[in-house]
Amino acid sequence: MRIVLTGNHAVAYAALLSRVEVVAAYPITPQTQIVEKLAEFIEGGRLKARYIRVESEHSAMAAIIGASAAGARTFTATASHGLTYMNEMVFWAGNARLPIVMAIVCRALAPPWNIWTEHTDILAQRDTGWIQFFCEDNQEVLDTVIQAFRIAEDDRVLLPVMVGLDAFILSHTATPIDVPDQEDVDRFLPPRKPLPFILDVNNPLTHSNMTYPDQTMEFRYRLQKAMERARRVIVEVDEEYGRLTGRRYGGLLDCYKCEDADLGVIIMGSSAGDAKEAVDKLRDEGYKPGVVRIRVFRPFPKEELKEICGKFKAIAVIDRDLSPGLGGILHAETLASIYDLRSRPVVQNCIAGLGGRDIRVEDFKLIIKELYRGIEENIEIPPIRWIGVKGE
Amino acid sequence: MSLKIKDLPTEEYWLPGNPSCHGCPASLGLRLLTKALGPKTIVVIPACCSTIIQGAYPKTSAKFPILNIAFAASAAAASGIAETLEFKCKEDVNVVVWAGDGGTVDIGLQALSGAAERNENIIYVCYDNEAYMNTGIQRSGSTPYGAWTTTTVTGKKEHKKNLPLIMAAHRIPYVATASVAYPIDFIAKLRKASKIYGMKYIHLHSPCPTGWRFPSSKTVEIGRLAVLTGTWILYEVENGVFKLNPPSNTLIDKNRRKPVKNYIKMQGRFSHLTDEDIDELQIYVDEQWEIYLKLLSVGKIY
Repeated sequence: MRIVLTGNHAVAYAALLSRVEVVAAYPITPQTQIVEKLAEFIEGGRLKARYIRVESEHSAMAAIIGASAAGARTFTATASHGLTYMNEMVFWAGNARLPIVMAIVCRALAPPWNIWTEHTDILAQRDTGWIQFFCEDNQEVLDTVIQAFRIAEDDRVLLPVMVGLDAFILSHTATPIDVPDQEDVDRFLPPRKPLPFILDVNNPLTHSNMTYPDQTMEFRYRLQKAMERARRVIVEVDEEYGRLTGRRYGGLLDCYKCEDADLGVIIMGSSAGDAKEAVDKLRDEGYKPGVVRIRVFRPFPKEELKEICGKFKAIAVIDRDLSPGLGGILHAETLASIYDLRSRPVVQNCIAGLGGRDIRVEDFKLIIKELYRGIEENIEIPPIRWIGVKGE
Repeated sequence: MSLKIKDLPTEEYWLPGNPSCHGCPASLGLRLLTKALGPKTIVVIPACCSTIIQGAYPKTSAKFPILNIAFAASAAAASGIAETLEFKCKEDVNVVVWAGDGGTVDIGLQALSGAAERNENIIYVCYDNEAYMNTGIQRSGSTPYGAWTTTTVTGKKEHKKNLPLIMAAHRIPYVATASVAYPIDFIAKLRKASKIYGMKYIHLHSPCPTGWRFPSSKTVEIGRLAVLTGTWILYEVENGVFKLNPPSNTLIDKNRRKPVKNYIKMQGRFSHLTDEDIDELQIYVDEQWEIYLKLLSVGKIY
C-alpha cells in the first residue's frame, strides 16, 4: 500500500505493523505526533496494546523497562531534552539488555531554545549500550523501525535499538511511502519470544541486582560481544527485509557512487540526500566524489568504513553535532576507524546545520570542490570548517 | 482482627542469612510482606537498603522475582509490569514496589504521583526509616524535626513530609499507614490491598537501629512507642473513608497517649534535643492529631 506519511506517522505505522504490546510515552516537540498517532491506533482498537501516559520521559523509559522485563514488545519515542532527561534509564535499558525500540526525533538542546534538527542529543547517548540508526528518508524510517524489533529481539543481540530521524526535515515532511502488508510483517517479525530472564512468579529471579567488581566487567564484556554480533545481524536483517520488500539500505553503511570515487563525503541523516545530489552535479562537471552515509552509529561500522575510505584521497566528514572542545563526533569516530590504514586520506571536519540551519546542495558542492582544489593545488586544507557560520 | 501470626505460612520467601544490619526493619518488613502476599508477587526495588540486603549477584535472599531499578523510577517500572500482566491476562500476580523514604517522598515522588494519578494496579510500600540510610544516614524529606543525621549535624530544622495524606489527595482506592512493630495490622492491610484494583499505598514506619542510634534489639519496642505516643498514627483511607486502626483508635483522648519524650529519649539521634525541642515535637504531634480527628469526623474525605 502506498500512502503519504510524515516521518512521525511512518514511525507510528511501523510500531503498529510491529504489533507493539506496551507503549509508554511523554510528548515533546517534534516527536509528539508519533505518540498521538499511537494513542489513536490503540484507542481506536486498531492496535491491541497498553498505552501508559506517563508524567515524564524518565518514567516513560522506566515503565518500558518494567514492561519489557515482564515480556512485552515495547516502544517509545522522544527527542532532545526528553532524551537527556531519560538518560539514566537509557543506560539502564542498555545494561539490562532489554529489546526495547525507541524513535528519536533528533533535535537541538537548549539554551537557546531550538526545536530544529541536530544530532547531538542522540549522539550523547552513544555509550548507553543501544544500537543506533540514522535514517535518510521517511521510507527508511518506517522500514528501520520494523527491522529494529527483529534486531533487538534476536538471540544473538538482545539489545535496545534507537532509530533516529531528523526533526521536521523528516518528522513533519509528508512523502509517499510503501507500507508493507501486515501478513508480510508478521512473517518477518514473529511475536517476541519469551526470554530466559522474564519476570515470572513461577521461575523467580532477580533482575539487575548488585554485582561486585569481580563480576561487573563480564557484563560489559558480554554487552560488547553482543554489539559485535549485531553488525552481522543488522546486515542479515536488512537483506531479509530486502527480499520481502525490495528495499535494502546497505546494512551498516549506505555507499553512494563510491565504486570509482576518489573523494568521500561521510554523513548521517537526512542531509545525505542533498550530499548525493551535489555528488551527481559534480560528476556532471567531471569530478568523482561519492557519499558514505553512516546508517548505524552503534555498533560503529569501523571495518566497513576503513575499507571504503582506503580508496579516497580526501574525506569531508559532515557533523550535524558538536562535542565542544573536540569538534564533530562523527569526525572523531571516522579518524579512529581509519587510523590503521597504510595510506590515510586527508580528512576535513565540517560542522554544519546545527540547530536546524539548512545545509544546501550548494554547500556540499563547495565543500567538495574546495577539497579537490586543496589536493590538486597542494594548498593546506583546514582540518575543521564551520559551514555558513556568521562572524567566523 | 481474626488474623494470627501462627496462621501465617511457615514457608519463608525472604531468606535468613542476608546482609542486613541486626534489627533491620526492612528485612523484617519484607519477610512479613512476602508471607502476607505469597509467592505470586513481583517486587520492584529502587536504590535503597533493600538493594543491598537482597544479596549480590549471582546470589539472592529472595524466593520471589525482583526487578531492581534506578532511584526515581520504581513506580513507573511497576506500572510497566502491571500493564504487561494485565495485557497478558495474568491478573492474579501482585506487583509491589518496596522503596525507602528517599525513593518515595523525595526523588521518587514524581513517578509515584504519576502512577497514582493513572491508578496503576500496584501496591506501593514505603518502608520509612526516616533518612537516607543506605548512603549512610543523610536527612530526607521524611526525617523528623530535630533528628541528627550526617547532613543535619545539629538536628533537622523542618518537620516530616506527610506522604500518606499526599497520596490520599490523589484519591486512590487505598492508603494506609503501618508499622513493622504491628505485623498483624501490616499483613491485614497488605491482604486487603491485594484484593483492591488500582493504586494502593502503604506507608510503613520502620525504626532503624543503625540510623536512629538505638540497640538492635529495640526495633519493635521503638516502633510500638512511636504509635503509643501518637507520633506515628495507624490509619487507613479506603475509597476515601478515613478510619483509625488499633491501637491508634484508642488514643483519641490525648491523655491516653504516652508523652512523646518517652519515644525521643530512647534514640541517640535525638540525644542533643533540649526540653524546648522536645516540647516542639510534642506540640507538633498534638497538632497532627487535631488534623486527623477532623478527618475522622468528616469520615469520607474523598
